[in-house]
Amino acid sequence: MVENRSFQKVVTHSSLIIGVFIIIFPIYIALVTSSHEQAEVASTVQTWFGSAFLDNYSTILTTGRESTGAIPISLMMWNSLIMAVGITVGKIVISIISAYAIVYFKFPLRMFFFWIIFVTLMLPVEVRILPTYEVVADLGLLNSYTGLILPLIASATATFLFRQFFLTIPDEYVEAARVDGAGPIRFFIDILLPLSQTSIAALSVILFTYGWNQYLWPLLITTEESMTTIVMGIKRMIVVEDSVPEWNLTMATALLAMVPPLAVVVGMQRQFIKGLVETEK
Amino acid sequence: MAHVSLQGVRKSFDSLEILHGIDCEIEDGEFIVILGPSGCGKSTLLRVIAGLETLSGGTVTIGEKIVNELEPADRDIAMVFQNYALYPHMTVYKNMAYSLKIRGLSKTEIEQRVQDAAKILELGDLLHRKPRQLSGGQRQRVAMGRCIVREPKVFLFDEPLSNLDAKLRVQMRFELRQLHESLKITSIYVTHDQVEAMTLADRLIVMDGGNAAQIGSPLEVYEQPMTKFVAGFIGSPAINFFNGKMSGDGSQVELVDSTCLSLGKNGLKKHGGSEVTLGIRPEDFKVVEDDQAMIHLQVDMVETLGADTLIHGHLGKIDTDFIVRLSGTHHLKRGIKLPLSVSPEKLHFFESQNGNRIQN
Repeated sequence: MVENRSFQKVVTHSSLIIGVFIIIFPIYIALVTSSHEQAEVASTVQTWFGSAFLDNYSTILTTGRESTGAIPISLMMWNSLIMAVGITVGKIVISIISAYAIVYFKFPLRMFFFWIIFVTLMLPVEVRILPTYEVVADLGLLNSYTGLILPLIASATATFLFRQFFLTIPDEYVEAARVDGAGPIRFFIDILLPLSQTSIAALSVILFTYGWNQYLWPLLITTEESMTTIVMGIKRMIVVEDSVPEWNLTMATALLAMVPPLAVVVGMQRQFIKGLVETEK
Repeated sequence: MAHVSLQGVRKSFDSLEILHGIDCEIEDGEFIVILGPSGCGKSTLLRVIAGLETLSGGTVTIGEKIVNELEPADRDIAMVFQNYALYPHMTVYKNMAYSLKIRGLSKTEIEQRVQDAAKILELGDLLHRKPRQLSGGQRQRVAMGRCIVREPKVFLFDEPLSNLDAKLRVQMRFELRQLHESLKITSIYVTHDQVEAMTLADRLIVMDGGNAAQIGSPLEVYEQPMTKFVAGFIGSPAINFFNGKMSGDGSQVELVDSTCLSLGKNGLKKHGGSEVTLGIRPEDFKVVEDDQAMIHLQVDMVETLGADTLIHGHLGKIDTDFIVRLSGTHHLKRGIKLPLSVSPEKLHFFESQNGNRIQN
């Protein structure tokens, strides 16, 4: 244990406080800016809260802003949420099943398939974006949630992580399950899934953030305003031609965009830590 | 309950053969211990019986049924694993009930069986705990409970006590034996610990490099080891081996430093003149008067253990180190010559070439 001296306490606490301050500062500025009239923040950075807080938020949530086609932020967030949840769930389902197949079943070319999946790590969305667009367009999935989600759910990273995790699960559990009479599907549902809880929680956090922050792909395949996601929305607010950017509304949008990922992190954290403490192998 | 029959059981992994054809008939209700050093194939043999490994040759019969092609769950066996393999996310109750649930037993039947097993194993208070909240001994009992509820024909144990500390091991050993006495279910138990083997077994299978070197009761194996390997493996401290040569008429054996030991009245006439390996257990030596001594031991070191005294020494000039175990305490000094004798029936002879026992 570290010695419990007051000097050390001061040093650790002050460095933590400095760290917190550095992270909080831009968020504070955004929060303050979002509470002012447009005119008050057009050319200066305000340091204390203004009076237009509720007005600004209700404007963007309900009616939206002229310069972004007057789509309410709530709709954008809804779109983003569906996309992010779809990607998270899809990726986890697909990759946990493929990892299960690769680790627990013997079939011809098993390692070949594993490496094929693994190699796709080198092909992120941006690299394969044109062919993917072509396929999605041909399938008639432009401007649909399916089109937003489907091309992003194959995940080599998650497959690989689940594979590594499954390899650490002692073979004795598999054997005990075989002696108990559990077939492959029962073993997967009754034993492997509960044991993977921790990994699933950790991956959900990462994948949700990944899905939520998608920019390029939604930008490409959505042309209808009603399919706009929140990240696209923020981007459009910053670059406005022939008018002054409405920083108060932009900041409000940015803050709202932060809320769902934050909620996921905070919500999953408990599960995450619980899993870490309880899992025994 | 059932007898188990192994006939020419072979197992190879790719080109490497691990089991070279094992034959054994295990009687109904018998407690069989498979004993051997690591890498001798004892766990593989157990896993073949369990159905966790497929056979490369031979047959395994449980009851009247050849089970070669059956899944472990269909063989009517239950197995205790080395690390118990209790499902960490399930309570003790659910761990015990899991196989019954899969078999589709009714809730009341499951409850009944789990409670009965819990009673036998004194697990009543622990049923709603998770495995991680249990001590080693308790986990061991839960693993047993998981087997008992299935009411199998055969129990299989894969080194179940090796993760426990010494004291608990003795206690669990005793409990295991008691459990066997009351349930009378055919049990096959793998271990590398000879004390466990000797105390638990009705019969032992001593494995040596994928072969059953000897199958017999613990005393048989101890008193009449069929090979040099078995003699060396059973007994602690290990048996002393000496190279020697039979006299022409097989009535005595001459050791390298020209000490001669008489074989008693019978002798081994058929083997007169052959090169042999002589084995004498440390505990079979007796200290005698000088003129009756068969061997004079040059004492190098004395270990006093309280109940026993271990004397390390050698014969004459040659490097023939050996150990003598005398009961009680003895005050002996280093360097003295200790006169010893061994009764002829305690001498074990093995062929120098292949290590097989020589007997009439």
